[in-house]
Amino acid sequence: MSSKSEQLPSVTYTPIVRPRNWSRFLSISPAILFLGFFFIYPVVLLLGLSFVDSSGTLTLEHYTRLYEKAVYVKVLLITLKIAGWTTIFSILAGYPIAYLLSTVKSSTRNSLVIWVLMPFWTSFLVRTFAWIVLLGRHGALNELLLALGIVDAPVRLIFNFTGVMIGMVHALMPLCVLTMMSVMENIDRNLVSAASTLGARGGQAFWRIYFPLSAPGVAAGGMLVFITSLGFFITPALLGGARDTMIVQVIIFQIHEVLNWGFAGAIAMLLLASVLVIFFFYDQLLGLSTLSGESTHEHKKGVIGRIGRWLGGGVINILSYLCEQGGILIDKLTPLRTDRKRRQGSRTTLWITAMTVIAFLCIPALFVIPVSFTEDGFLGWPPVGFSLQWYEQVLNSPAWAAAASRSFVVAISSALLGMSIGVPAAFFLARRQFFGKAALFAFLVSPIIMPNIIIAVALFYLYAKLGLVGTNMGLILGHTILAIPYVVITVMAILKNYDHRLDQAAWTLGANKWQTLTRITLPLLSAGLIAAFMFAFVISFDELTIALFVTGGEVTTLPKQMWDDALMRVSPALAAVATLLLAFMSCIIFSTEYVRRRGLRK
Amino acid sequence: MTEYKLRTRNVRKTYGSVVALKAASIEMQEGEFLTLLGPSGSGKTTLLMAIAGLNNPDSGDIWIDGKLANFLPPFKRDLGMVFQNYALFPHMNIFDNIAFPLRMRKMPMALIRKEVARVLEIVELDHVAKRFPRELSGGQQQRIALARCFVYKPSIILMDEPLGALDKKLRESLQREIKQLHENLGITVLYVTHDQEEAMVMSDRICVMNDGSIDQIGTPNELYFQPSTMFSADFLGESNLFDAQVLEVGKDSVLMRGPAGMNVLGELKESVKIGEQVKFMIRPETVDTDNDVTRDNAVEGILKEVIVFGQITKYFIELSDGTEMVSTQLTSRSSSTIEIGQRIILNWAKTSTVILTSDAGS
Ligand SMILES: Nc1ncnc2c1ncn2[C@@H]1O[C@H](COP(=O)(O)OP(=O)(O)OP(=O)(O)O)[C@@H](O)[C@H]1O
Ligand SMILES: [Mg+2]
Repeated sequence: MSSKSEQLPSVTYTPIVRPRNWSRFLSISPAILFLGFFFIYPVVLLLGLSFVDSSGTLTLEHYTRLYEKAVYVKVLLITLKIAGWTTIFSILAGYPIAYLLSTVKSSTRNSLVIWVLMPFWTSFLVRTFAWIVLLGRHGALNELLLALGIVDAPVRLIFNFTGVMIGMVHALMPLCVLTMMSVMENIDRNLVSAASTLGARGGQAFWRIYFPLSAPGVAAGGMLVFITSLGFFITPALLGGARDTMIVQVIIFQIHEVLNWGFAGAIAMLLLASVLVIFFFYDQLLGLSTLSGESTHEHKKGVIGRIGRWLGGGVINILSYLCEQGGILIDKLTPLRTDRKRRQGSRTTLWITAMTVIAFLCIPALFVIPVSFTEDGFLGWPPVGFSLQWYEQVLNSPAWAAAASRSFVVAISSALLGMSIGVPAAFFLARRQFFGKAALFAFLVSPIIMPNIIIAVALFYLYAKLGLVGTNMGLILGHTILAIPYVVITVMAILKNYDHRLDQAAWTLGANKWQTLTRITLPLLSAGLIAAFMFAFVISFDELTIALFVTGGEVTTLPKQMWDDALMRVSPALAAVATLLLAFMSCIIFSTEYVRRRGLRK
Repeated sequence: MTEYKLRTRNVRKTYGSVVALKAASIEMQEGEFLTLLGPSGSGKTTLLMAIAGLNNPDSGDIWIDGKLANFLPPFKRDLGMVFQNYALFPHMNIFDNIAFPLRMRKMPMALIRKEVARVLEIVELDHVAKRFPRELSGGQQQRIALARCFVYKPSIILMDEPLGALDKKLRESLQREIKQLHENLGITVLYVTHDQEEAMVMSDRICVMNDGSIDQIGTPNELYFQPSTMFSADFLGESNLFDAQVLEVGKDSVLMRGPAGMNVLGELKESVKIGEQVKFMIRPETVDTDNDVTRDNAVEGILKEVIVFGQITKYFIELSDGTEMVSTQLTSRSSSTIEIGQRIILNWAKTSTVILTSDAGS
């Protein structure tokens, strides 16, 4: 593949590149060209539209309108508020799980992670409907509360801020947990032991040692959740009230209803600008490199960094002090017995908390399965009787069949394309040292940072010119943009642990570059590569934002078909589709896990 | 009964089906330097962790200063631990690392500054206080780990292979430093190492561990010249190990029939009986090659190989039945005059023959 063109001497100990020979950059150029044309170019075009009026002359009218109409700033503030609270709740609820997962045996961890990831595999439309049914005025939760006598009248849990929070935290917490876990796993457990031999109580050791070390993970997880929530529109549209409108909904309205591209571009610019400001602060506080789960203990020198550290130190001092006083109090109340095992109260609490949160993550999936077998005509709880009618209806419907097969084709193609562009780029980034490496990495993963809606709208604009709207090709290219960052990150992570000397050994044994790549490197990395492929596949398979914009008429994907269906009528057929999807995704995840474990055994 | 500074009795620890520690019993006097020596996986770290209160042992008792401490939390044990991989806090600079235990003890800031400066001076690293652990070399980090432990003057210090990752030179200088600190401050030290030379040099007593249990405890001298088990004999230093049958048990000596039909005289050991199969060991440096037939033990063989290792020279001699015996001597000019193939009479004193009763492990 890529390395064939590279001309390293047969034994290198310091693979440092002198960028004289341009053929060396052959492996990275497809990624640069692809993202440059299908991602950067249309986004710039879209944002450029915001500076011209309908006749094509340069103007700031869209921005003055944005500024004059208080409503847009207000929507931005609401968006920031919703994203902020989602982030806070995701961290608070996710931290105990991540902590638990990173301190249990790896076999326990693997089985728990599957449950944590449950929301990922339940199509997000379906879980949103599940919440509607569960939280509604006559929903399962209210019935339960009434039956238990906790409340006298049904509580309003939906079509307001509470509903939005439940839906969004549920959707995004897994992302937060995984990111925090990747940092926590690398914290040396001896450090906490060391602190306790040095005289720190459990709580003090946690706040002074463990928590600061896990902070980069918390920040990175929180950042990802925050940025992703800024681009949400389905959950607030379906679970929120009129006051919970988010900025993306306004952009969609401008494009679909008013057809005002310039103004949509201006709102997108506002969104992008707030994202960039937030990134700036994040970088000042912690450094962008922590986003990839890498924990640097480098201290930021800027003013913001110093203020942040000072505040953080203060909070930690207070919490640590409280824990100490609490510990002393407990010691006074229950005299220490050195001949008996101490009660592991904190550990039990941790398990209970984590299990409660995991239950919250699994509820919609567990709700969807029984409902799909209902005899009733609508999506309600509890399901009535047992029938397979909804499965029959879905499986016999040509529309669903077409959508499913298109989703497959698109997902496999974009995963393949993403791999063939992303893998060489990852090899290039992981193996070389050159000026601007960090910037190049940031460029390759920038589609993650860019709110999906901006990519979707920009692609729509570009495709309209190229005639790609409503084509499979358009969808594949769009999903490939999203797949590349994940492929690059996953493959770079496995390459970090790959022993480069194995390649060198093969070279000294007489294998040429191509033989080394195909016989040594790729087989050893196969488990990781398969994981990257699956990742890309799932991202495309469950993608709705881009599909909403670039598909048209008969050409739909499964999520798009579900969306359209849901807009017409919420029928148990949706639950049937969701159950089928859940089963399908489970197969994928389990087979990936199987391959991964087999890879580990080798 | 004398009060021990630290005492464990039958401490047992399992991880699932793995028995990491079988029934470890050790006793340490105040101010003693005891080293746990044993192959990888023999349970040294597990025992240390149990003493520090970092893993709850399944059974057995631990006393510190005569008080039962089985489930006393680590922060109340008044002991210090130096971890195998230093365990310096990466997010704190060197000053904060060393100040940590003092802060936990609520010491006033002025005093903390003074104390940290004092220990930094002892480890000769006063210029690094503002740096972070990753900005120090391995040896420097090691010294900071020691400083962090010494600063709050715990009365017991546990050290888990503290010098494992260092090169020979640095290691030797730190060995001296640790030994000096130990002597000056009168601390009780429980030390872990893989390196037998290190154990010999530093310890008052050595505890040889094998497969989760304690094989033998004794002074370096005792262990070296009077090992009581096969494992200890084999693990420490080099040895000539042979099978033998007991022929006679005399008033102060034992006569055995060894390999190549040789009669071997050893010091009396009560437990042996006539006719019993035993093993005996002779350290190569106690075997002479000077053809003196008047010694307690003398056996003829053919010189097969001579290797000069700088200061010492090793002679490999084959006995009549093909058994190999090694003799180690200081290198001298005459070393080179002996020729390969020559007949040699090896000889050694009966006190050098150590009779080993077959231990459970073999
Ligand atoms: N947390 C653990 N979980 C399971 N098994 C463990 C654990 N810690 C230690 N063991 C096992 O217990 C046994 C003793 O381990 P220990 O760490 O005490 O050995 P050690 O003598 O310190 O070895 P080394 O010299 O390599 O450090 C080993 O077989 C090890 O695999
Ligand atoms: Mg160990």
